Order: sequence, then C-alpha cells, then structure tokens
Amino acid sequence: MRPSRRTTAILVAILVVCLAAAVFSITLADRARPSATLEETLYIPSPSVLKRMSLGYTGLLADIYWTRAVQYFGGKHVLASHEYKLLAPLLDITTQLDPHLTVAYQFGAIFLTQPPPNGAGDPDAAIKLVKFGIQENPDNWHLYYNLGFIYYLEKKDYGAAAQAFEQGSRVPNAHPFLKLLAARMAERGGDLETARMLWTMTYDDSKDKDIKANAISHLRALQVDETVPRLEQLIRQYFERTGHDPGNWAELVRAGYLPGIPLDPAGHPYKLAPEGNVWVAVPDALPFITQGLPPGVKASEMPKL
Amino acid sequence: MTRVTSIASNTFREAVRDRVLYNLIAFALLMVAASLLVGQISMNIERNVVINLGLTAVSLFGLVIAIFIGIGLVSKEIEKKTLYTILSRPVRRWEFILGKFGGLVATLVVNTVFMAVGIFAAVFYLAHHFQRADAYLLVALYFIILQFVMITALALLFSSFSSPLLSAVFAFALFVIGTFAQDLRGFASLTHGVIGWIAIAAAYVVPNFAALNVISSVAHDQPVAASLVLYNTLYALLYSAAAVAGAMLIFERRNLK
Amino acid sequence: MPTFVAMPAIETFGLEKTYTVGFWRKRPRCALRPLNLAVEEGEVFGYLGPNGAGKTTTLKLLMGLMFPTAGSAKILGREVNDPQVKAQIGFLPEQPYFYDYLTARELLEYYAQLSGVEARARSRRVAAVLERVGLRDVAGVQLRKFSKGMLQRVGIAQAILHDPKVVFLDEPMSGLDPIGRREVRDLIESLKQEGKTVFFSTHILSDAEALCDRVAVLHQGELRGIGVIADLTSSVRGKVEVIWQGGVIPPAMHALSAECHLIGAMARAVVGENQLDAAVDALRRANLKLVSVTPVRASLEDYFVEKLSPAEVAAR
Repeated sequence: MRPSRRTTAILVAILVVCLAAAVFSITLADRARPSATLEETLYIPSPSVLKRMSLGYTGLLADIYWTRAVQYFGGKHVLASHEYKLLAPLLDITTQLDPHLTVAYQFGAIFLTQPPPNGAGDPDAAIKLVKFGIQENPDNWHLYYNLGFIYYLEKKDYGAAAQAFEQGSRVPNAHPFLKLLAARMAERGGDLETARMLWTMTYDDSKDKDIKANAISHLRALQVDETVPRLEQLIRQYFERTGHDPGNWAELVRAGYLPGIPLDPAGHPYKLAPEGNVWVAVPDALPFITQGLPPGVKASEMPKL
Repeated sequence: MTRVTSIASNTFREAVRDRVLYNLIAFALLMVAASLLVGQISMNIERNVVINLGLTAVSLFGLVIAIFIGIGLVSKEIEKKTLYTILSRPVRRWEFILGKFGGLVATLVVNTVFMAVGIFAAVFYLAHHFQRADAYLLVALYFIILQFVMITALALLFSSFSSPLLSAVFAFALFVIGTFAQDLRGFASLTHGVIGWIAIAAAYVVPNFAALNVISSVAHDQPVAASLVLYNTLYALLYSAAAVAGAMLIFERRNLK
Repeated sequence: MPTFVAMPAIETFGLEKTYTVGFWRKRPRCALRPLNLAVEEGEVFGYLGPNGAGKTTTLKLLMGLMFPTAGSAKILGREVNDPQVKAQIGFLPEQPYFYDYLTARELLEYYAQLSGVEARARSRRVAAVLERVGLRDVAGVQLRKFSKGMLQRVGIAQAILHDPKVVFLDEPMSGLDPIGRREVRDLIESLKQEGKTVFFSTHILSDAEALCDRVAVLHQGELRGIGVIADLTSSVRGKVEVIWQGGVIPPAMHALSAECHLIGAMARAVVGENQLDAAVDALRRANLKLVSVTPVRASLEDYFVEKLSPAEVAAR
C-alpha cells in the first residue's frame, strides 16, 4: 500500500535526465541565438523612462544593467572586439538608476578609456560618467582618483589629473596617497614610476576582478618597459668593453653584468636579438608593453585575463 | 492510454465551458485591435507596433490563462474531492497528472490559434497582403506556445503540493524570474566558489523564458535561425517533461486528506 | 451442506494511520489505531461510529487515497492499489461534489471510460444506471443545477456504474430527506440481492439496524466491537418494561428508574433486569396492581451508549 517503488524510480530518472538534457539544449540555444542587437539590449534607452518603469525597484534594475554592462564588455573582450558601442549607454543607465554604484564608475573610468581592443577608447564618455559620479557622491575620494586617472592615462593631461587628485585629497578620509599623486603628477607625470604607483593604487582600490587583472597587466608591462632599456644598456656597455655583442645571456652573467638569466614577468627569458636589441619571447602574453617588441609586432591586442 | 486521453479531453471540456476563458480571449483580441489604433498614431511603424503589441497580448493573456487554469488542475480536484471518484477507479495517479497536463496544453494551443488569427488579420489589414517576414510571426507564436507548455508544467508541479493561491504566486514569480533568466546567469557568473556553483546551477534550473522570446526581433522582420527553433523546442519539451515528472513524483506520494 | 472457505471481500491487517498536526511543533494524532477487519463477500457491512471516529480515514485508506502509517489491506484478495481491484469497486465519498459543468450523462460517460467500461456497452450502462437512481429525466441537465439529494443520487450512480463487486459508501444517507433515505435503503437491499458486497459507513443507527448483516463500531480510531447486530445488542444488559394500574408512581419506583410515566390510569417504568424484583416489591408494598412485565430489546443505540462512553453511563 506504499507508493510504487518502480514508478518512483522511473519518474526520478525521467526528471534527472530531462532536466540535464534541457540545460544542455539551452546552452546550444544560447549559441544559436544572434548576439543581442542594440534594440534588444537597450529596448528602452532612456534612463529616466526606465526609472519610472522600474516602479521604484531602481536598485534591482541598476544591478541588472550593471551585470549586463559587465557581461557585454566581457563577451566582446574575449572576441577582441574593436567596438564597444553599448558600454557607455549601459553604464550610463546603471549609474542613473543607482548613482551610488561606485564600481560602475570605476569600471567605466578604465574600460571606457583604454583604446580598443582593451576598452571603448572613449575617454570623454568616461570623464562625463565619473563627473556625474562625483556630482552624486561628492564625498567619495575614489571617484576623484578615477577622474584623475582618466586624464592621466589617455588624455595625458597631467595638469587636470593633478587637479582631480588634489580635489580628492581634500575629501574627508581620503587616502593620503592622493596628495602625493597630485604633487607627483605636477612634477613628472610621464615617468614610469608614477604609472606604477597609479596602477598599484588601482589594483589595491578595486574589488572587481576585471579591473584587478587589467591593473596587473599594466604593472607587468611597466616592468618590461623598464627592464628592456636597462638590458639594452648593459649590452651596449659589454659591446664597448669587448668589441662584440654577447652571443647569449650566459656571457653577460659570466662577465658579471647580470646575476642570472633575465626573465620577463610572464616567466619567459628575454630574447637576445641582433644589434644589441632585447625582445620579449611571447609578446601575446604581455599586453600594453611598448618596449621589447620584435619589429612588426604590435602590442598584444588582448590581455590574458 | 484511453484513460489519459479521457482525462485530457475532460480537462479541455472544463476549460472550454469556463466563461473566464472567453473573456480573456476577447480581451486579447481587443488589444490586437487597439494596436491598430496605436499603430496609426505612431507613423511608419504600424507593423512593428501591431506585431509587438499583438504578440505581447497573446503571450500575457495566454500566461494568465495557463496559470489560472493550470493551478486549479489538481488542487481544485482535491479541494472539491472530485479526485476521490477518479482515483478509486483504475486510474494511476501519474495518468491523472499526464491527462490534466495534456488537456490544458490542448486548451492553450487552441486559444493561441484563435488569438493568432487576430494578429494575422491585423497584419493583413495593414498591408493588404502577406509577406515572407510574416512567417517569422509563426515562429514567435510557436515559441509563445512553448512558453505556455512550460508554465503549465510548472503550475501543475506547484499545484501538486500547494494551495491554488500559493501555486499562482509561485508560477507567476517563476515567470518573472524566467524572463530575466539571462541576467540571472550574468549575476551567477559574477559569483565565485561554492556559492557561485549554486548560483549557476540555480540560474540554469530556473525556466529560461527569455530564450523563448523573439517578439522584438520578429517585429523588426529578423529571421529566426532554424537551429534556434530546434534547440528551443528541445529545451521547452525536456524542461516541461522534467517538471511534469516532478509533479507526478510528488503526487504519487501525497496523502489526500 | 458443503463447506467452503469464502475469501473475504475486504480484509485489513493492523491498518493504522497517524497524522501529524500543528505547523511548528508537529504532534502525532492517531486517526486509526491498528484495525483488523474482515468483510465476507455478499455481506452488507455497516461501519458505525460517531463523527470523527475514523470512518472516512478507513475508507480513504481502502481506496488508496492515503497511505497507511502501518499495516495493509486487501480487497478481493489483492492489494488495494491494484488496478484490477479498482475496476471491481465502487466508491461514494461523503458529501460528494462533481464537475458541475457536466451533465449527469456526460459525467457518467466520463467515469465509465475511466472504469474501462467497453465503448459499446457504455451508453447503455449509463442509461440503465440513471434509470435505476431515478435521474433519467434530468440526464441532460448540468450538475450545477442539481439539488443536494440529486447529487447524492449521481454519487450512487457513479459508484455502481461499472457493476462493481464491492461497493463502498461513505455516509450514503446523510443530508437526504426521508424518501431519499428510503430509496438508498432499497438500493442497498437490491445490491445485496445481486450478491454484491456493500461496505457503508454511517452514524445513523436505524439505517444500520435495518440493513446490515454485521456491523463494526469505531470510536476515537479504535474498533470497539464487531459482529451480528443481535449478538452485539444482547451483550448489553437487558431492560424490562413494567406497567401497573393506578395513577401513582411510588417513590421507591422513582428511585429505581429514571423513565417513569403516567399513562392515564396506568403507569410505566423501564428498569434493569436485575432490578425487576425490587420494582415488583415496590409495587406490592404500595398496593398497586402489576399489569405486565416485558423485556425491552436492546437497540444498537444502547450498545453505542454503553460501549462508547462508559464514563457517561456510569454517571447515570
């Protein structure tokens, strides 16, 4: 008089198999579906209309749009896309819906600014976004930092960057580092050490994994940019002393120029190129580098996140 | 099998003799008609408006019908004890569930056909002829029916263990969640560790109604890939089968008080 | 006479059901204590007990609508959930409700399909059963227009529609007017004539007394007695009716019996058998003339009162 065991077993089997197969077929369907068109993603492109339609659940809607922005960027980035048309409007809607979502400004400051394929290459949109953020959150020093960062990174406007950092340093509880940055920006905005400080700061300041990974790529690139000229200088010194270029790194080590075979941040040994040049072995592993590139090779398009 | 079909046909008869059904269909058709008016106001996009509004009306009213009739399927029979005279006959409990499900799906298909005729009439009224892109409308309608099948299965699942009101709330909540399924997956992929796995699993187990919604692209005369039709069909049918199996599983062990 | 062992139509083995009640702190509530029962084929069996005694629970367990906490039951020698069993039983639930959008004929056609009545025989059977319960003239009317009594008839019709061997009726007479009750009684009688086993629950004793070969008495989920009505009632201490002449009731008589009446020039009292001597003595001392002493047949009601609430009886 119990429920039949056989029926139960059959039904459990049907349930499990069908659910698994359903999940499998939806992943296939996901692939078959064309990527979202502009109209689909931004069916209602006006933040103020959206705000009204959200019936007061703006926080939730902002989170949804924030997720969409991240997904959009992530999806395009993997494909090394050169076009990020939707990133600015998505972030714009996100922040209009929830002006206190700091991470969105931070994300925009970096990925709207960086040139394609590592970003939308639209620093003006980034500046507009972050300025809106500062207007809404005047006591948040991070946003001043982000603004200064945009000026520094892409606009190369060290004056404006210094001004932003300076303003941020006056906010209560601001990171003392901002004052330092402001001063440094004014003196020597373009040097590697400043860049290193900024990216380190960005890394420490964010919890977003994309932002952190991007900062690490930049820091590695900075290290390469610093190491390669130094190595080339050593090779020149060696040449001046011996009259010939070193055939391999071991010669330099034996001569006491180097403590060991030099490795790049990706863990590969640097390559000794003809005429005293130094190249990186795998340029793809080191995005953003400007030194050590074999002739004809551009900086890698895609950081390995 | 004859028992399953007689339960199904009785379920269909019950729905057909219910006045609420006609009101809802009439309302949906009214909305299709109203879309013609709205279309005239918004210049040059009449067709777009008619299709968008029409398909949305079909989908929403069908949803209401699916949930309202679907949740009553089992719980009403228990509440009114009509089930006692069914299950004291040589009818297995799973046969009852299957019959109920089949009957409601048939009802919804017939409803959708009625409402679809309305949409096609409106489209024809605008253009005075049919065009190739109108075929995509059929695909959109087919996907809408697939959605109904899924929501019916879920309504049945809920009504196999909870009260009609709670079932309605559950089913409707799942519909809303399922509409945001894609975003839910986005959220899930941003989490990490054990919680991340749970979130991803949850995001995939929730019905994905977003995948079955091609209204806006059809409104812009964009074709729907044949492979998408195939995978979506598979998805909807498999998912519904799983939900119905779940309903049977619960119902098989239920004490009817 | 040849002896043979008849297979019981209904048999229960330690059938038991415990519900859990309460939402936060679940407490068990025993609806049916282990029940052992055997109903022979061809018997009309009354299942008696006050409301809430566990009669409906037993029926739901037998119909496979509920699963027992322990024990099992067999109908016609098979598991109760066996479809072969289900094809041979009919069930009338308590206060039945049917799909009110159907007509009586449609409903019975539907049930006939579910019971596996052959398509060819279906409409004939439906018509016959409608005739039998007196609903022929309203066969095409939607059930929402039916009165309670008519619905009860539909309920009976669906229970006997497929010519079942065993018919279970839960409170078949409740809510019916005297004529309706009479008809249901006649119907049960005729089912008995056809050799069917009828198992019916009721809290109305006269129905059981009139119809049943045997009864079982259930109280608070427990079986308190089972047997032929005469046997059951004889176990109750008998009473005698004493009638005497002279319009006086002596005080000694009042002390013996609560039931003393004056009937014109006569008087009447009902006393227990063992008090008969004392009663006659009382009359003699008061110089009253004894007219008659008649034993009063113990009714099922007496049995009920004595078996079901001993505390109450003792208080009398």
